[in-house]
Amino acid sequence: MTTSDFLHSKTAAVLTVVLVLLCIWYAGAVALNTPFQRDQDVRDKVERSTGDFVTATLNQKRPVLPAPHQVAVEIWQTTVEKKVTSKRSLVYHAGITLSSTMLGFLIGTVLGIVLAAAIIHVESLERSLMPWIITSQTIPILAIAPMVIVVLNAIGVSGLIPKAMISTYLSFFPVTVGVVKGLRSPDPMQLDLMRTYSASSFQTFWKLRWPSSIPFLFTSMKIAIAASLVGAIVGELPTGAVAGLGARLLAGSYYGQTVQIWSALLSAAFLAAMLVTIVGFADKAVRRRMGMVQ
Amino acid sequence: MTDTEATAAARGAGSAGEGSAFRVIEARDLCLTFETNDGPVHALSSVDLTVDRGEFVSFIGPSGCGKTTLLRVIADLEQPTSGSISVNGMSPEEARKARAYGYVFQAAALYPWRTIAGNVALPLEIMGLDKAEREARIKRNLELVNLAGFERKFPWQLSGGMQQRASIARALAVEPDLLLMDEPFGALDEIVRDHLNEQLNRLWDRTNKTVIFVTHSIPEAVFLSTKIVVMSPRPGRVHDVIECNLPRERTLDIRETPEFLEIAHRVRDGLRAGHAYDDE
Amino acid sequence: MIAGIPLTVLGGAAALLFAAIAAVTGTAAFSPAFVACGLLLLVAVGGAVLRRDDALGAAVVILSVHAAAVPLMLHIDSAPGEMDSGYWALLVSAWLMAWTSVTRLTQTSKKLPTGARRAVDLLIPLIFGLWLMLIWEAITRGAGVPQVLLPAPSAIWAKLTASLPILWADFVQTFLKAVIVGYVLGCGIGFGTAILVDRSPFLKRGLVPVGNMVSALPIIGIAPIMVMWFGFDWQSKAAVVVIMTFFPMLVNTLEGLSASSSMQRDLMRTYAASYGQTLWKLRLVEALPFIFNALKINSTLALIGAIVAEFFGTPIVGMGFRISTEVGRMNVDMVWAEIAVAALAGSAFYGALVLIERALTFWHPSNR
Repeated sequence: MTTSDFLHSKTAAVLTVVLVLLCIWYAGAVALNTPFQRDQDVRDKVERSTGDFVTATLNQKRPVLPAPHQVAVEIWQTTVEKKVTSKRSLVYHAGITLSSTMLGFLIGTVLGIVLAAAIIHVESLERSLMPWIITSQTIPILAIAPMVIVVLNAIGVSGLIPKAMISTYLSFFPVTVGVVKGLRSPDPMQLDLMRTYSASSFQTFWKLRWPSSIPFLFTSMKIAIAASLVGAIVGELPTGAVAGLGARLLAGSYYGQTVQIWSALLSAAFLAAMLVTIVGFADKAVRRRMGMVQ
Repeated sequence: MTDTEATAAARGAGSAGEGSAFRVIEARDLCLTFETNDGPVHALSSVDLTVDRGEFVSFIGPSGCGKTTLLRVIADLEQPTSGSISVNGMSPEEARKARAYGYVFQAAALYPWRTIAGNVALPLEIMGLDKAEREARIKRNLELVNLAGFERKFPWQLSGGMQQRASIARALAVEPDLLLMDEPFGALDEIVRDHLNEQLNRLWDRTNKTVIFVTHSIPEAVFLSTKIVVMSPRPGRVHDVIECNLPRERTLDIRETPEFLEIAHRVRDGLRAGHAYDDE
Repeated sequence: MIAGIPLTVLGGAAALLFAAIAAVTGTAAFSPAFVACGLLLLVAVGGAVLRRDDALGAAVVILSVHAAAVPLMLHIDSAPGEMDSGYWALLVSAWLMAWTSVTRLTQTSKKLPTGARRAVDLLIPLIFGLWLMLIWEAITRGAGVPQVLLPAPSAIWAKLTASLPILWADFVQTFLKAVIVGYVLGCGIGFGTAILVDRSPFLKRGLVPVGNMVSALPIIGIAPIMVMWFGFDWQSKAAVVVIMTFFPMLVNTLEGLSASSSMQRDLMRTYAASYGQTLWKLRLVEALPFIFNALKINSTLALIGAIVAEFFGTPIVGMGFRISTEVGRMNVDMVWAEIAVAALAGSAFYGALVLIERALTFWHPSNR
């Protein structure tokens, strides 16, 4: 690859954008932390040069906006330097969140596929249920999360299951809608072909509809897994912050530990990016095997 | 040769061509090479072409012979790698900016959110014409393509042939002397196509415009043209230029006459000699 | 004879028979409502069996099964929370017959003229929703489900109508202030940025993947930070909404601006149209479906963002605040009332956007 090719590539463009965002972050950190630092310096009667002052704004203990390197150090300390079982390890908290995300996502996806298959085959189900499924996507379902957690807690169900239920709930809607669209995607000519073979509806499903729906399934799975993670994080908020990335966020906000909030936030972002990427890879692998991409 | 040099060369040719008032297109040694991942593709290789005012010139040839590319070079939608070309004595870019031509694409490319009248008005709005002038031109040109009464319909409410007629009206509304048509009837069925061919012949006869017409149908080319440019592929070049001196006003019946068949035969011979019928 | 009868009708008849036996043998609590309901369901079963294909049969089934819903609910008052197997059989029968009526409506609607078919298309999900509510009501009140676990729809409705002033104040705080302000700002800034970025292909190449990735992240987690920066009141919630809605709008607008075909852009070039003319007359119009897609996604995101951000601290008003505090006090009916308001606001917001979209993109193949 020549230099000019590199400059025209997507990677270079993405890297530039990320770099610019980092610069904005640093500039924002200096700007937002300046008032506090100035007050502090006046109180301590410290005189600083500009360079020294900027360094100080980027290394406060409880900054308004922590600098990227502070967050990086915090993440390093709470992942690599802590035992995974420790309650102060981010890996431990991320693991808790991940487990309910995955459980909810799996149940939600299976449920979504089953429901979609039913909707495709029972016309009255489609006509009566589908409008509600679509409408329910327009309402803030996440608002019921605290209630689900607390109510289930009250009847003795706590821990993984209630959070997973919220994740299930959030992930099954996109899957249902996406898969219904996918199962509908074969064009009339392909369906007519199956009719000329006098194929049963079961055969039509497995040999035509299901393979056609795979790209749609993966697209909605990407949405579903992201929604599932959001569900798990929000599900961790109302129980009074015990464990999980949501709990870290809440604890951080109680005690004004901004660095902790940002590190939890970035780990959540990293987790989401990873999950979506994994689904993306699975998508490509499956489609390559099915001959849909070269 | 860089783009700027090519433009400069084109300008030079333009000033030279200003002597003859009837020369609409003058191309000398035109070359265009596309760089692709599989290496360079020679879309046009030393093409010479002259078109005089009032002529109806067809470019014919198999796919990949550069006929559409040549038309796009004339319209300044592509820039030649080398060689010179002038349109109405100007460089293609100047000609485009002076709105010296109307262009009709393979598809009607009408905007679905505008009515037929609104679509014809589009280039006029861009040119900044006032409302009264716009309305006069819309009326005149829709009548010219027999679409009077359809002003307030939306494109999708019309048949394919009517849509393409509307797009011709849109190109005519600019009121250019030169009409560039890129396989305008390629997507239509044969019956509609015959009908539109007749209408186009009459339109050309009446308005006395210069038309450059890309096609891959021999009967269509012979029926419409005064001059047929036979092109051949790999590299794209002009193989032969066949004069087509049938009477100006033509009906479909002319296609059974010996003169017509004779010209069609020569075009087919030209295509065969240019390897148009070879296996890939 | 039996072969041609749908399974739902057979099931409905069997359940009805069971209920009748329970009533006759005295194992079921008896009331006039019970008898009335049973008889109406009998009519429905009769209509479904005897008139299998025609409109009259369908009408009989639909009317009688919905008439039966009234005594079905009234019977619960005879002994709330202590319904027996006879009643549950009646409920199952009613549900199956309601399902039959939906099936019949689906079948008949195909033969109807367009106007009537639209009405029936609307009616079918409404019937479904109604029966969902009825069954919810019957089970919660009939079996005496604790209020804390799941309140009956009637209880939620009662709470909702009784606490309108509180709900209105919450709605003003969360929706009219945080959501609307944040939504307008976020979508506006996203749109403006897209228009600016559009001029630089390099930035565009970089921003689209980044924007797509960010749209998938749990941005909601930014809420505690915004609360720290902008205080407890609605401004911090609006800030969360701005950030959540910015990226979907940016990415969709950028995508939409490149949606026009190369032929259409060539056409504008043959007219020697300026950048602004091409943008205004072609590319923005072609981008409309994408922009509306973002507006619709964002309408839901905005409401979620504002509500969840309130879980991290608010003044003592707001939908998210109400939900989290009433959950803590175990006033679950109030929580449901608040959720009902949120659902209504969310779908009304979305519905309004759909209507505007239809009006502006009437030309798009999906709307013709």
